[in-house]
Amino acid sequence: MEKEMKRIIVHEEHCIACGLCQVHCLVQHSTSRDIIKAFSNERDRVLSRVTLEEDGPISFALQCRQCQEPACLEACISGAMHRDPETGAVVCDEDRCVGCWMCIMVCPAGAIRQNLTGHGIASKCDLCYGSELPACVVHCPNEALTYEEVDDDPPSPEPAGSKAGQGGRS
Amino acid sequence: VNGVPNVKIVIIGNSATAVGAIESIRQHNQRAEIVVVTQESSLIYSRPMLSHYLAGEIDEERLCYRGSDFYTEHGVKAILDSEVVAIEPQEHRIRTRSGEAIRYDKLLICTGGVPIVPPIAGLDPSTPGVFTFTTLADTQGVIEYLRRAGQRPAPQDVADAGNQIGDICEAVVVGGGMIGIKATDALVSRGLHVTMVELAPRILSAGFDEVASDMVSRIFTEGGVDVLTENTVTAVHTESGSETALGPTPAPGGHISAGHIQSGSETHAPEGRISAVTLKDGRTLRCDVLILGIGVRPNARIAEEAGLDVRRGIVVDEYMRTSEPDIYAAGDVAEAYDLVVDMNRTVAIWPNAYRQGAIAGAHMVGVARADQGGVAMNTIEALGVPAMAIGNANAPEGEGYQVLSELHERGDKIARTYRRLVIKDDLLVGAILVGNIERAGIYTGLIRNKIPIGDVLAGPRRQNLMNVNLLSLPDTYRKHVVTGAGIEV
Repeated sequence: MEKEMKRIIVHEEHCIACGLCQVHCLVQHSTSRDIIKAFSNERDRVLSRVTLEEDGPISFALQCRQCQEPACLEACISGAMHRDPETGAVVCDEDRCVGCWMCIMVCPAGAIRQNLTGHGIASKCDLCYGSELPACVVHCPNEALTYEEVDDDPPSPEPAGSKAGQGGRS
Repeated sequence: VNGVPNVKIVIIGNSATAVGAIESIRQHNQRAEIVVVTQESSLIYSRPMLSHYLAGEIDEERLCYRGSDFYTEHGVKAILDSEVVAIEPQEHRIRTRSGEAIRYDKLLICTGGVPIVPPIAGLDPSTPGVFTFTTLADTQGVIEYLRRAGQRPAPQDVADAGNQIGDICEAVVVGGGMIGIKATDALVSRGLHVTMVELAPRILSAGFDEVASDMVSRIFTEGGVDVLTENTVTAVHTESGSETALGPTPAPGGHISAGHIQSGSETHAPEGRISAVTLKDGRTLRCDVLILGIGVRPNARIAEEAGLDVRRGIVVDEYMRTSEPDIYAAGDVAEAYDLVVDMNRTVAIWPNAYRQGAIAGAHMVGVARADQGGVAMNTIEALGVPAMAIGNANAPEGEGYQVLSELHERGDKIARTYRRLVIKDDLLVGAILVGNIERAGIYTGLIRNKIPIGDVLAGPRRQNLMNVNLLSLPDTYRKHVVTGAGIEV
């Protein structure tokens, strides 16, 4: 389980909020994989799994952080959310998802979206399963998104500045 | 890590907690012997998905939470259809109904909850048409009952179901909490007319505030559901004409299972199926099917009898250890730490069950990973409109609580949205979202990690909290979430 896994690294200082990551994420996850067809015919059915945040000079593109202990995985009632045995990525099996939105309720990055096609399914980054590089990374013109092997510890449950753990326990 | 060779772990129960425990044990230890003992007759299924099954959205196969080979793959011996009747801590063994004694080195009790059955005159657990709504057997019972009694099939059963309803069309759901709401939503999907009866002045009163309750209530009412509050069912009538004779007290735990209805083994055979209910306000309503969806209480009887420390649930520490050495408890049956209220309490929700199971499992094979505590939360869907309550979301303004809220209630149900944030000592402690639930987990993260947001509240981004994004939050926290830990700012 503890094999090296690549993650998408966000460099907010390089992001120019061009939105190409979102465009190409949507195309990658469309049926046609054609930018014109995806945007003209499939827009109701496919979402970008990248969220772009922008406020004045600061911007960044964010997708699933691939947490080491994913809250979405423990909250998923259907078993749809799982770790891909090959890539180690946390992915949602859309055939099993029932759209209960538990994952959306617990994802600290807000990186899971509602695809309301049919009964509704959770839509999230799958690291572009089967591709060597995720589409958002490939199409980022300024290297604000990179794909790298990470050997550091996962985000700790008690980030700096947090008051967690300071309270007394019975 | 594999320093605990040949430890024999026995797990009572086979839902989310058991799966969390098994996956965690195997992550650390391949040699431990694992035995699962469960009353269920099927492999692991998802109880929260039963409402989707009842609604006809999914088939039984999709109720599976893990694949049918899960136990085999994880080297688990599963003993199904077996009720544990006693725990003998001194001898380190358990006894089953059939008299079997099973020895353990470590025991995990994850027996979940049992449905609460209210005292109702004439309520005989074996009355056809009366159901609790907790297990697969319950749900199969409802579906089979509706089918046999002539209710039209769910849309997925027949391609062209039409709108014709058979002679089963009136359902009464007792309980306007999570379970009652889910049952109501599912029965509406099946084409029944539902009357939801709630004893409290409003539905969803445990987790949601008045505004959210009213929104959900209105959505149901507009969808044809009769929502009756400050009311309850006081008597049950059957087709034979009168109230059914009071049967013996319900089975231990008050559990009414579909098996009772179909087995024919009951000594007090019902005279006929349910036909009507009388309400507290004196009215009598036609009722073809009655769902008791008040809630569950911890199924802790065997733990109590074994002398474990039990309050409402089995009291556990941050490793899910009970008061008895080598015995752990987790999930709905456990009274574990809640980090929002800063005390131990039972919170019957899936994420807690899985996480606590994983923590117990790790500790049983020598890996100490202390629980940071749970956050009470839940999500429902009212006729297609999602609603969530996270943490202490219902706290009234004042007495140290600051409340931010935003309501849009014009237009049809899809257009209506509501958000309510509860802040105490500069920390977010609760959130309610109705309609638009996008990025709700950011709130959960702020609550769980106890991130001070005083500066945000005092600054120009205050209103951004309503439509939350990470850029509105303190820089250190944003960088932590976006880039990972250990970032110098």
